[in-house]
Amino acid sequence: MTARFYLREGRRFLSPLLLVTVWQIASACGLISARILPSPVQLAHTLWGLIKNGSLPTNLLVSLERVSLGFSLALVVGITLALISGLSTWGEDIIDSPLQILRTLPALALAPLFILWFGIGEEPKILLVFLGALFPIYLNLHKGIRNIDPKLLEVARTLGLSRAQTIRDVILPGALPDLLLGVRFAFGIAWLMLVVAEQVNAESGIGHMMMDAEDLLRTDIILVGLIVYGLLGLISDRLVRAGELWLLAWQTQGSKHI
Amino acid sequence: MATGLANTGQQAHMKHSIAKTEVETELPLGNKADVVITDLSRQFGDGSPVLDHLSLAIPAGEFVALLGRSGSGKSTLLRTLSGLDPVEHGDVVRPKAVSVVFQESRLLPWRRVWQNVVLGQNEPEAKERALRVLVEVGLEHRVDAWPLTLSGGEAQRVALARALVRDPSFLMLDEPFAALDALTRIQMQALVLTLWRKHQCTTLLVTHDVDEALVLADRVLVLEHGRIKVDFPVSLPRPRRHADPVFEALRGELLHALGVHDT
Repeated sequence: MTARFYLREGRRFLSPLLLVTVWQIASACGLISARILPSPVQLAHTLWGLIKNGSLPTNLLVSLERVSLGFSLALVVGITLALISGLSTWGEDIIDSPLQILRTLPALALAPLFILWFGIGEEPKILLVFLGALFPIYLNLHKGIRNIDPKLLEVARTLGLSRAQTIRDVILPGALPDLLLGVRFAFGIAWLMLVVAEQVNAESGIGHMMMDAEDLLRTDIILVGLIVYGLLGLISDRLVRAGELWLLAWQTQGSKHI
Repeated sequence: MATGLANTGQQAHMKHSIAKTEVETELPLGNKADVVITDLSRQFGDGSPVLDHLSLAIPAGEFVALLGRSGSGKSTLLRTLSGLDPVEHGDVVRPKAVSVVFQESRLLPWRRVWQNVVLGQNEPEAKERALRVLVEVGLEHRVDAWPLTLSGGEAQRVALARALVRDPSFLMLDEPFAALDALTRIQMQALVLTLWRKHQCTTLLVTHDVDEALVLADRVLVLEHGRIKVDFPVSLPRPRRHADPVFEALRGELLHALGVHDT
């Protein structure tokens, strides 16, 4: 299985590599203007330069810090709210309806308001990430808790499980797949919010680096920024998937007979 | 759902309207009876009653099969006996230690087989206990498996083990073999009989299958419109043979009671 698996994984990189090669050849032949789209080799040079002069690592670190702070906050608040509204009817009445109303607001439209409220410091950026990531986490976990198979809850009752045991052994593990799905969506939105927050007004971060490059007509730096954003999104998605493989082993290993 | 989860531990007595002393003087089996249902009625809305002044006594250790067409009130009776449904009118007395096996195994897919067996039991030697019961049901090789990897028959064995590990005085089986293939069903019937002999618990088997009832039970009931229509003992020695003329006669009688007539 492993040999075939690696062959398959290898094949997946084939077409992207081919595209980059065609791009490089087209640039070298002068078919694409370097002003509009620099060649892959040029981009590699720019990337190396940005790493060497320290501007990429510094900005990357700032961006990562904003996302991790906003995202962690969204995880804690989202999970707490979903637990309260999922596990009790009064909690649902109090928490669910305002959140369902808020979620219809496009979070990005709040950027100007946040800047007015919190100025141009770190708070509006972290809060935008938080707000974007909050809803997918809350909504999916809430749905997961509400959709637990009532037959399993009946079993818990006939087995005499206490409420705490039922929550720990039946409801939370049953809602975990939905929570992880929410986390994946949330990461996608978190990066999006970060891009906007850093491009609207910021003095550091990947988005700020790209906005500076625009003023200097440096297409290559903008592209490097895009690549970094793309990689960050890809890595975070892979991390959640790895977490799913580990946490949902009962599902993944359960689907094939061992 | 959320509020429904709250503390529904096993209760020894689920009382309503009729005093217990009255029950004991009225019923012939009196104090010896393990499970006593008196004048139990249940009605949803304005429809006809699902259970209609039903009274039934099952002596300790007896194996009773409950037959009935869909909508006869079988499920409601079982749900009431297991404590999932409330006693609205009438009186139910049953032992504290009851276990239920449902038609679907209802295992938690996120817990391994042995963890499912001892779910909610927190003592340190839980795994050894689970292992002992899994040996009894012939599943010692699947102790650490995930439920989704089990076959239908294996999953029902785990459900049986989960019921037995609690040492029930009263075991309820709600069409436990209905979803299994014919060969697996025969094996499971034999297993249930062995376990019943060994544990000597009062057993109530709800089934659609007349043959299954006659192979397993000491006594067969037919439920119709929420009342017990037929109640007779099956005194054939075990193992029972379908070809036995007495078996054949009982079978015909039961099918007749269920409204199936030979053409």
